[in-house]
Amino acid sequence: MEKFEIFTGVAVPLRRSNVDTDQILPAGYLKRRTKPGFEDALFSAWRNDPEFVLNQEPYKHGQVLVAGPDFGTGSSREHAVWALRDYGFKAVFASKFADIFRGNSGKQGLVTGVITEEDTEKLWAAIEANPGSSITVNLVEQTASIGDLVVHFEIDEYTKWRLLEGLDDIGLTLRDEQAITDFEAKRGAWMPKTLPARN
Amino acid sequence: MTTKPLTLAEKVWNDHLVAKGENGTPDLLYIDLHLVHEVTSPQAFDGLRLAGRPVRRPDLTIATEDHNTPTWDIDKPIADPTSRTQIEALRNNAKEFGIRIHSLGDAEQGIVHVVGPQLGLTMPGITVVCGDSHTSTHGAFGALAMGIGTSEVEHVLATQTLPLKKFKTMAINVEGTLRPGVTAKDIILAVIAKIGTGGGQGYVLEYRGSAIRSLSMEARMTICNMSIEAGARAGMVAPDQITFDYLKGRPHAPEGADWDAAVEYWKTLPTDEGAKFDAEVFLDANTLDPFVTWGTNPGQGVSLLDSVPNPEDISDPNEKAAAERALEYMDLKPGTKMKDIRVDTVFLGSCTNSRIEDLRAAAAVIQGKQKADGLRFMVVPGSARVRLQAESEGLDKIFKDFGAEWRFAGCSMCLGMNPDQLAPGERAASTSNRNFEGRQGKGARTHLVSPLVAAATAIRGTLSSPADLASPADLLEGQAN
Repeated sequence: MEKFEIFTGVAVPLRRSNVDTDQILPAGYLKRRTKPGFEDALFSAWRNDPEFVLNQEPYKHGQVLVAGPDFGTGSSREHAVWALRDYGFKAVFASKFADIFRGNSGKQGLVTGVITEEDTEKLWAAIEANPGSSITVNLVEQTASIGDLVVHFEIDEYTKWRLLEGLDDIGLTLRDEQAITDFEAKRGAWMPKTLPARN
Repeated sequence: MTTKPLTLAEKVWNDHLVAKGENGTPDLLYIDLHLVHEVTSPQAFDGLRLAGRPVRRPDLTIATEDHNTPTWDIDKPIADPTSRTQIEALRNNAKEFGIRIHSLGDAEQGIVHVVGPQLGLTMPGITVVCGDSHTSTHGAFGALAMGIGTSEVEHVLATQTLPLKKFKTMAINVEGTLRPGVTAKDIILAVIAKIGTGGGQGYVLEYRGSAIRSLSMEARMTICNMSIEAGARAGMVAPDQITFDYLKGRPHAPEGADWDAAVEYWKTLPTDEGAKFDAEVFLDANTLDPFVTWGTNPGQGVSLLDSVPNPEDISDPNEKAAAERALEYMDLKPGTKMKDIRVDTVFLGSCTNSRIEDLRAAAAVIQGKQKADGLRFMVVPGSARVRLQAESEGLDKIFKDFGAEWRFAGCSMCLGMNPDQLAPGERAASTSNRNFEGRQGKGARTHLVSPLVAAATAIRGTLSSPADLASPADLLEGQAN
């Protein structure tokens, strides 16, 4: 995973709440077996509408999304995160995120910052007042800024640390290999086993 | 010395701690059961191959094919080449990494959340994960069961553990007795309408109270299944005699002394007297009506006796905008009686409502009745085993005589990854879990309902409950999901 510290890019206002992962990436695209390459899938149903924000210049080249509350609800598909990332997004801001989506984002280097609803409105207003304006995301300071407007965002310390360091989760866990083996030695005999099959 | 009273979720959590997190790092939890399907696993297996890592515990892992599988002509090659290659990839990965798989045509194939419990693999007090948000289903046994993303699937395959941040706990208290025709599905739709699609974020829900205690295991699974639609990471019900009776004798249930040891442990799991939840919600089962959705998220639901709400009456600006958008997508006008809404298709299936009790409940309503003219009724059992059971009881004949399509097992029209989709503009009453835009097909409109409402709707052609059918004998006594 790439390290993330400070990023500046085009901000996109997505004035919708409850953006579920079926909207971010419709199920038809789940059949692909490889990654990357999901940029065409991102919001694909909504992108059929010429009025949709990502069909407008300069938002087409968006890299930071500012959305309404409850972003990423529904299906656990990590493909939704891959689609955002493959399209070019580096960060998403909203006042509330679904837990699984947020966890998936942290593992794929996509910053999800929680901001207040009031700051969401301020960012939307600032972006729309000057479409194409750059937003700077500073993960160290936990700020997103457009010109003079600076808003603070929340992100948990552990995810922040992993994003700043660009660390792989499995490698981190395997440092506890001995603890895993010790735990396994103590498990109850009645615990479920899939093998051998008993149908 | 007294020990601090704990909730069910806290006990299961504590008993799976491999390493306790410090200074903001998450706890590392052991995973007892990992369910795998074709959609969220290929990139995880690719990751293992790239890193040269094996699957740590193939004996705690099981795979089945469900999301892409056709529900007709399952003996023929899968027509859609992308679906076919994704399923072939799972078969190859299972073979290469030594994982047990139940493929299309096998009696144990089916929706992953139906297969685990029916094999007796899902047990109280264990941790269960799957790359599917509806893994919350398994919480009905008092297991801590969570949906995970593909990176986490790879992580569990490699380490049999997951780093997890501690959750908050929420008690959902449902007291009273459900009226005839009101079921588990109505409870959970009412809960989601009450707390919202984000109301459970950060929480493990525990469903409690007399109404929950009286439910069958399958009904409890229906409720826990939709915990994710309230945004919760998991939903649980404390194990009791109903749980033990359901498990006893299943293929992978413990036997002999192991069974006794297991039951002894399981009995220690229910939430202690005096344990504190971070939040509590109350719902009166006595006054609950059948619940249906009118909008495009599962929180947009009302009593079947109500009307489509008016967005003007909603004070929260985001919810108001969402309601306006939903009504436009659903082509509904405020004030329209829910019972006046005509549907084109009825779908009985999905990990929410495709178990044998669901099929029995719906069959009892339609038996000897006439299907509404021109309406399509699709019945998709949750697993090949459920289908066989239904056929042994003659339910298939009741469905076929009624004019329903009696199909093979899989996720089917719940998300339409296989050919089972609605046409643009088509409207469905669906026993599934998500009414999102385009979920059941591009431009398709979904009303979430219980199996009883689905069956009554298939007779009348408009959203209905068994109480709306002509003869009082149609009123069902007792519980169904």
